[in-house]
Amino acid sequence: MINPNEHLNIEEILKDLDQYVPKRKGWTWRTLENNLEMNHHHYSDVSTPLTQYVPLPAAKYFNQIDPQPIQVITTEIASGRFEDDIRRMRMAAWHGADHIMVIRTAGQSHFDGLIEGTPQGVGGVPISRKQIRAQRKALDLIEDEVGRPINFHSYVSGVAGPDIAVMFAEEGVNGAHQDPQYNVLYRNINMIRSFVDAAESKKIMAYENILQIDGAHNANATAMEAWKIMPELLVQHAINSLFSEKSGMNNNYIALSTVPPSASPEPDLKINLPYAVALRDFFSRYKFRAQMNTKYMESSTRDATVTHVLNMMISKLTSADIQSTITPDEGRNVPWHMYNVEACDTAKQALIGMDGLLELVEVKKDGFMKEKVREIKERAILFFEELLEVGGYFASVEKGFFIDSGNYPERNGDGISRKINGGISSNSVFERDLDYFAPVPAHFGYNNVKQYGLKESDNPSILIGGSTFEDRSKIQYIDELDSEDNVYLRMKENEKYRNSSLIKPEVQWLADGVIVVDLTLPTSVIYAEAAAIEIGKKMNLKNIEVIHKEVLHPIEGTRIQIKGKIDFDIDLSTLELAKIPDLLSDTEIREYLESHPMTIVAGTVGEDEHSVGLREIIDIKHGGIEKYGFTCEYLGTSVPISKLVDAAIELNADAILMSTIISHDEIHYKNMKKTHEYAIEKGIRNKLILLAGGTQVTPELARIQGVDEGFGRGTKGKDVASFLVKKHKELHKNEN
Amino acid sequence: MNKGNPRMDDFETRRSHLQTLNDEELKQLFWSLANKAVSPLIDLAKSHTSPAIERSILLRMGFSSIEAKVIVEKVMDHHLIGKGAGHVVYRYSTFYKVSIREAGLSLMKDQGFESIINSFGVKE
Repeated sequence: MINPNEHLNIEEILKDLDQYVPKRKGWTWRTLENNLEMNHHHYSDVSTPLTQYVPLPAAKYFNQIDPQPIQVITTEIASGRFEDDIRRMRMAAWHGADHIMVIRTAGQSHFDGLIEGTPQGVGGVPISRKQIRAQRKALDLIEDEVGRPINFHSYVSGVAGPDIAVMFAEEGVNGAHQDPQYNVLYRNINMIRSFVDAAESKKIMAYENILQIDGAHNANATAMEAWKIMPELLVQHAINSLFSEKSGMNNNYIALSTVPPSASPEPDLKINLPYAVALRDFFSRYKFRAQMNTKYMESSTRDATVTHVLNMMISKLTSADIQSTITPDEGRNVPWHMYNVEACDTAKQALIGMDGLLELVEVKKDGFMKEKVREIKERAILFFEELLEVGGYFASVEKGFFIDSGNYPERNGDGISRKINGGISSNSVFERDLDYFAPVPAHFGYNNVKQYGLKESDNPSILIGGSTFEDRSKIQYIDELDSEDNVYLRMKENEKYRNSSLIKPEVQWLADGVIVVDLTLPTSVIYAEAAAIEIGKKMNLKNIEVIHKEVLHPIEGTRIQIKGKIDFDIDLSTLELAKIPDLLSDTEIREYLESHPMTIVAGTVGEDEHSVGLREIIDIKHGGIEKYGFTCEYLGTSVPISKLVDAAIELNADAILMSTIISHDEIHYKNMKKTHEYAIEKGIRNKLILLAGGTQVTPELARIQGVDEGFGRGTKGKDVASFLVKKHKELHKNEN
Repeated sequence: MNKGNPRMDDFETRRSHLQTLNDEELKQLFWSLANKAVSPLIDLAKSHTSPAIERSILLRMGFSSIEAKVIVEKVMDHHLIGKGAGHVVYRYSTFYKVSIREAGLSLMKDQGFESIINSFGVKE
């Protein structure tokens, strides 16, 4: 088991890869927990919890529980450097991701064969046997660490689909996109070649129970008016799903990639919910991977997050077996570490927040819903009828049926048209002869095994002493092909920051040095943008770019985010760290109070009506300090400083607990200073313990104001009690 | 390349034959149409092969991606892809009584094709 307090050792992962055997093959769903109780609540749609995790921020108020939704959670991680992505996979797994998808480098679709070695990618990672093995090996460690299997996923498309499918089956890849329509429509690969190859790819995937996700969501991202292509989406899903089934796939491993087609400010649910219902009615025998809508995503992470949450409401109101989490920064960057993690948390928070939704509400089956659902279904049927009328799928693609932004049967004439005999790798399909033969398992279609005395049911590889599927020692492993572009050279470049005490901030690659500065400037966008770049320069940032701008008002304010690089590093070994408080035990505190009774006076000072925090520190029912035997005089909120100190004098109190939440214009620190000075003026400061607490209180800064200690966010009664006892001992040490 | 003729939405007239169908009948019709569209594509895939399919067969037979690519190219040069590239390698190994890997590596060097072509009874 890897140590959660140690970095993954990438060098170790890259060692002996030629020998690595994946632990597990095939797709894994989460395990349903029917009667899960956590923190006194019964959950309805959840799965077995993780053994190690980072819970949601609010979990600290709920005993740090981290309930896991039943949906498999996807995250897409592909920065171009697989060695850095491994660390991000670990972060995502701790936040609940169990479906990790690696986007391919630009252009891999057109690469006729397997890429070997570890070249750096652009907009994704070059998928090679070595890269897959290294990441699978890392995920095998990470899944043990979090206590749940992790599905590893990439793409079986392009002109080398069957080659990639074999490699994936051999290397323990658990899921893949496979849809010949994607090749045809978006990669301009010849349609005949794409479908012939696809049947073989699917048969190979089926052999190892690799889950398939289709490519229909791309139609939504491409079409001019996305919501109008709903009828076509049903047709695309049907073609791939049925073709997959006929190629030998089991329905449990065929998943539709479905996107709610529209987004707010359109009436999101009125458009997307009937569509989701129509789709689930027609495709009830398949699985659903709910992809989020990315078409309208720009650089606002807030905007993308709201779309994501609305999309997940549809997942909960209908169904989803897998929930995607497109990172909220995809509109402006290749995704960064923090946004993968944020998107996983968004999914977990929203899905758990909506736990049991269908026990509370019901989707209507009449009126508007009934009409819309029916209309979408009928339009899809009409699409299919005309597709067959014009001569079938190939002819319909040639006539530009697909990605037309008309609401079928409306046509806008802007569809994508491809020639049956055109495109990349045209004329590369050959008829099998009568004596055609392939001595391997998982081969689709005609295979004359009888000529060698075998039955249809025999595995033809018995003729060659087994294939790589039965005997993995037959796999030919290639390490590196390019001595100028590989992982070892990249790791040498940032070696200084690997396994050392030097660090630099990073967003995607080790020591990339990229930081983001968030600015609000009181001017118009055009000035704000120019000013932000100048600010970046004065901060000594390199490669400054504006990555987000938001109008707060045409002239009163613009929010700008810039990114830039810093060129210095920090040595962790030279840092002075905040002290971790050494707390007394409950018994020690109680025993001390029995012999030394203490009285404290408490209140929220200034014009401040916040009371919850201080009540939690004091009240016995919240585990506050009263339980140890302190006598507490609570004066309430908006207490004047003089009143607090005067009460302490009157009651002969040992300590004052002042709470100060409002922090505008540093009023909280100003009030601490005033209290300290007033206590001096009254001549009691030297025998009084003065403590200040609040959500915006930093202990170091509080002490500078003159109080004995400051307590910030997350403070518990015990922290305060322990400090009071220690300080009291110190003040009275000469008395015994 | 974008193409296609614009057309107004004539849903109301086109749908007349669907109005009487209940939801289950509608679903059945959808899938029977899908079946009609997909069946010829599956038949095409059953009876055809491609360089990628043949390479994937050679990978499963224990060749590297680089070897598989060259073997398939040689098989195509000799117009034997209709027999299957894996078949050609298998035939070579039985004909010359060598291992599958030795057979493939010889074919990569363009060796022995003549005997294999003869054994298949085809004229180059």
